Amino acid sequence: MSLLKPTPQVCSWTQALDHSASLATYVANGGYQALRRVVTEQVSGDAIIAELKTSALRGRGGAGFPTGLKWSFMPRAFPGDKYIVCNSDEGEPGTFKDRDILRHNPHQLIEGMAIAGYVLGARVGYNYIHGEIFEIYDIFERALKEAREAGYLGDNLFGTDFCFQLHAHHGYGAYICGEETALLESIEGKKGQPRFKPPFPASFGLYGKPTTINNTETLASVPWIVQHGGQAFLELGKPNNGGPKLFSVSGHVNKPGNYEVPLGTPFAELLELAGGVRNGHKLKAVIPGGSSAPVLPAEVMMDCTMDFDCIAKAGSMLGSGAVIVMDETVCMVRALERLSYFYFEESCGQCTPCREGTGWMYRVIHRIEHGQGRPEDMELLNSVAGRIGGHTICALGDAAAMPVQSFLKHFGREFEYHIEQKRCMV
Amino acid sequence: MATLNIEIDGRALQVESGDTIMDAANQAGITIPHFCYHKKLSIAANCRMCLVQVEKAPKPLPACATPVTDGMKVYTRSEYAINAQKSVMEFLLINHPLDCPICDQGGECTLQDLAVGYGGSSSRYQEIKRVVRDKNLGPLIATDMTRCIHCSRCVRFGQEIAGVMELGMPGRGEHTEVMPFLESQVASELSGNVIDLCPVGALTSKPFRYTARSWELSRRPSISPHDSLGSNLEVHVKDNKVMRVLPRENEDVNECWLADRDRFSYEGLNTAERLTQPMVKYNGQWMETTWQAALEFVADKLKTIPAEQIGALSTPYRPAEELFLLQKLMRGMGSGNVDHRLRQSDFSLDDKAHGGFWLGMPVTYMSRLNRMLVVGANLRKDHPLMAHRIRESVRWYGELNLINAHEDEFLGKVHAKRIVAPSQLASTLAGVCRALAELKALPVPDIAAHGVADDTARKMADSLSGGETRAVFLGNMAQHHPSYSQIHALAQEVSRLAGASFGVLGEAANSVGAVAVGAIPGCGALGQPALKGLNAQQMLAQPLRAYLLLSVEAELDTHDPVAAIASINAAEFVVMMSPYKGKSLDYADVLLPIAPWTETSGTFVNTEGRVQSFSAVVKPLGETRPAWKVLRVLGNLLGLAGFEHNDSKEVLRDALGDTPLGSVQAFLDNEVSGVKVEPPSPGEGLERVAEVPIYQTDAVVRRSPSLQMTLDASLPVARMNSRLIAKLGLQENGRVSVRQTASALTLKVQRDDFLPDNCVRVPSGHPLTAGLGPMFGPITAEPV
Ligand SMILES: Cc1cc2nc3c(=O)[nH]c(=O)nc-3n(C[C@H](O)[C@H](O)[C@H](O)COP(=O)(O)O)c2cc1C
Ligand code: SF4
Ligand code: SF4
Ligand code: FES
Repeated sequence: MSLLKPTPQVCSWTQALDHSASLATYVANGGYQALRRVVTEQVSGDAIIAELKTSALRGRGGAGFPTGLKWSFMPRAFPGDKYIVCNSDEGEPGTFKDRDILRHNPHQLIEGMAIAGYVLGARVGYNYIHGEIFEIYDIFERALKEAREAGYLGDNLFGTDFCFQLHAHHGYGAYICGEETALLESIEGKKGQPRFKPPFPASFGLYGKPTTINNTETLASVPWIVQHGGQAFLELGKPNNGGPKLFSVSGHVNKPGNYEVPLGTPFAELLELAGGVRNGHKLKAVIPGGSSAPVLPAEVMMDCTMDFDCIAKAGSMLGSGAVIVMDETVCMVRALERLSYFYFEESCGQCTPCREGTGWMYRVIHRIEHGQGRPEDMELLNSVAGRIGGHTICALGDAAAMPVQSFLKHFGREFEYHIEQKRCMV
Repeated sequence: MATLNIEIDGRALQVESGDTIMDAANQAGITIPHFCYHKKLSIAANCRMCLVQVEKAPKPLPACATPVTDGMKVYTRSEYAINAQKSVMEFLLINHPLDCPICDQGGECTLQDLAVGYGGSSSRYQEIKRVVRDKNLGPLIATDMTRCIHCSRCVRFGQEIAGVMELGMPGRGEHTEVMPFLESQVASELSGNVIDLCPVGALTSKPFRYTARSWELSRRPSISPHDSLGSNLEVHVKDNKVMRVLPRENEDVNECWLADRDRFSYEGLNTAERLTQPMVKYNGQWMETTWQAALEFVADKLKTIPAEQIGALSTPYRPAEELFLLQKLMRGMGSGNVDHRLRQSDFSLDDKAHGGFWLGMPVTYMSRLNRMLVVGANLRKDHPLMAHRIRESVRWYGELNLINAHEDEFLGKVHAKRIVAPSQLASTLAGVCRALAELKALPVPDIAAHGVADDTARKMADSLSGGETRAVFLGNMAQHHPSYSQIHALAQEVSRLAGASFGVLGEAANSVGAVAVGAIPGCGALGQPALKGLNAQQMLAQPLRAYLLLSVEAELDTHDPVAAIASINAAEFVVMMSPYKGKSLDYADVLLPIAPWTETSGTFVNTEGRVQSFSAVVKPLGETRPAWKVLRVLGNLLGLAGFEHNDSKEVLRDALGDTPLGSVQAFLDNEVSGVKVEPPSPGEGLERVAEVPIYQTDAVVRRSPSLQMTLDASLPVARMNSRLIAKLGLQENGRVSVRQTASALTLKVQRDDFLPDNCVRVPSGHPLTAGLGPMFGPITAEPV
């Protein structure tokens, strides 16, 4: 599989190769040609942004925001410093795709960031890597070294006056540092907590300078689009949902792992690729986009295709593409207890509803799970979640509220049973 | 700025673009509940209490952080908005103790007040509440951290106003806690402001704690008697006792802040050391007596001594009315011996000045200066809130240049600095003067002829020639310096060459006022010609037969305490007017209890020439009397004319006319002429560098127990750089014997590599170092 001929694999094609992360492998398969072409031929930034818009590449970090549009917000003509930042913080439970890109295809990300630097007028980029994946951080540092030595990063690239420095930054494992403005604070050496927006990073970003932040997979897709054109990328997916996407399938499937399939692929097919629900068991529920996305019952999921629009219509979010599969043995109270504990632990504590509300919800669910539920608890949980959602600085508050609301909506019976019978229904 | 049309709660408003909804609401007098928002701090938008409904917005928006847009319609009291606000209030209360009756903030707590409007009557939260360990923030601030609502005001205050992040918020989520770095104390000289900022009872005043409820207190306006800013105070009184002091907001002076000295010094008002009864020493025994008897005794005695053998000295911390009557009394008796510049040592400007020295600009301008040169100032400790204003200038990309004899952290960016031995201060300034002249291709002024324009001097000159607003300031150390006149004249030249404003940072609360009312030899009120006489140094260098002291604690308040005490001891008659007994029990013959600033009316003129009168906030303690009354009666008893004032207002009118402000402003002038500058002789041996510690400046502060427990009030040490420590064969943290004119003193050695070579820094104004000698000049140091 090569980068040159269009294949459904945009980010994971090196995985099958020997020395997948090495510069030699990447270059032998056409790597860095997109960068060389745009820099030496001085392709206009507008043209590249137009291709991105055509491609319907949507952010792979969770919100699915159109990347071409995001790049067009950047004041590219602003004369001072500007930055491009890659979000490899990947801390969302269920999500484990970006680390595979860093492990097997770091140069495609580097190339994507350099192109972004070229288009956005940034001479410096940072890749913020999650704190708990040390070997992968080392692999990326090695790739950076290779790229610098080979002249793909640094001053006067390809003999032009385009300069681009790229640095890796090690996080410390806090989920909140994946939120883009908390990430910026963390790079600046401050406590990782989100900033209030506006101002948005495009006008006040890293060190107060215009900054564009994209997810690893988003940026790694850019060289492919530059090379093959936006239309080709769009055609790999479906309208408004360009390209393939990496899905991290976990839970009760036979072959958990990352699968890069076209957006619009039926969920049933993805499930099959992952070996189907583990033997002898029945699909019960799926969280289709990482732990922050609302859970969907099996029957709803089986009718969905895996793309931003279809999942949204079904009442959830494609998010980061982490598909958490649960079979009928799962106690939904227990599952929600674990999820709500995560948000309780990971709230940065800055704003009142999230700081106070996540702990409240966790404690109530914990009580229910441990046979101390009260009749009013379900209503209370719904109300507290509703009082957090939409009232916070960043989306973690919403992310903490949505699982609670969706679990209660779709699996309320199990909660009632727990409260009444003081034990599990399953 | 464009004007936008918006609507809040149905009211059409015109606001500036760039304003937030909160700004717009404030201007229109619409209150939006809030905790984290504070007009002087950056926007954090973390409490979420100010959520409001904005038409077309998909969710409620925080008013404090949302910029207005044209045509915006905001609803702060709609059901939607109130629901959001009530949600936030519920969350704030779930982990907050609901025991307001035992909380020190009760009655003046924003959370308590807002909970009445937005809280439920009972809690839906049935889980265990959070408990947070209290922190040790030193002697001034008490903590009750379980009450913290994480608004981060205290943290932002440190970062943005005090210039040092002494409090931080480590931890995440529910585990977030406000704490100092590694349990170290909070040491900022502005720390007490977090007490006002904290909207709940998490940070409260340690000295005030549990002594009164806010509703029991009457609030009375006053003016701070310490530094030369004249911070506006609100004094809280219960049962005729000052219970605490808070800032009274005045955007032109102290904004909404107070330095810790202004806030906590009141504790020194009610000590056992207060003098409450006139006393006369009779056969070596102190006897209490009546005012009548004491004053008649004083008048009779003074009549027997030739006027030129009487000296009158006051501290610059006394109200203008008292200083005016003191000089009037002296001149009435036929003596010009009156002064308040007790720490000054070079008086040669007295016949070269054209008016009173002052800041040279309104205080507010200090927040927006582009280029600054500050000479001989311990900015943070001598002028805590003016230092804050200069930090503000620096934050707005102003460049601060410093010339000083020691370096204490300014807590802001310093563009260029030169730290030199005191003897080199003037020549360093001459170097900058020369560099500026050369840069501007102007003739080098004669007085700067010996200056050397080295790299730093040129860097400063470069800086001072840029920007739009420029200023040169002289600090306390410059004014105490033995070559003050030269430093003043050189600084004046620098400012002239740079096109900068020139100012003298007043040393004390009434330094400007004292000169304006004529409490210096040879110059009467507002510069009228008056009897010449001895200045403070001359009065104390040789014993006079009698001294009239207005709150002067000679061993602490003077440039050379050894000489001062010797002269006063040798005098035949010493009258001490003071709120305190103090050491004067040893050397005075008569003690007259006069009122501290809280027990008298009076006037301080601050360093920008702002005339600020105040009234008594409590009744005088015991037999204490306002000093202006004491002096008036003394004038009568001495049979002098013009002592008929009925109240302090009449005294002020007598001193400064019907329009004090205008008269003072017209009198102020920093211009001097005819100063000769001599190249410094190469110094031999060691030089003393002395500053007055922040909590030793005046009699009240010295007696404030809590301030005396702060790090700033630590025992004096002898500081020197490592080269000198090695050269003298001393050990860091070991002991050293230092000696000036009189007896030797053993101190701890502290390494301070910011000090120039061959300098020993030992503070003045401290009881421990009172036996040393002048603030500057030769000093010896040897191993013990
Ligand atoms: C609590 C929280 C955690 C997040 N974590 C991540 C993350 O780990 N990786 C990521 O790419 N985006 C994360 N995001 C989304 C980012 O804020 C941001 O939207 C994204 O990096 C933008 O990139 P994209 O446009 O390429 O998707 C997170 C958002 C929130 C609110
Ligand atoms: S929503 Fe939660 S994580 Fe986000 S800023 Fe507020 S407290 Fe922090
Ligand atoms: S201690 Fe007070 S000021 Fe500081 S964060 Fe807590 S509530 Fe706010
Ligand atoms: S006052 Fe606006 S969020 Fe706190």
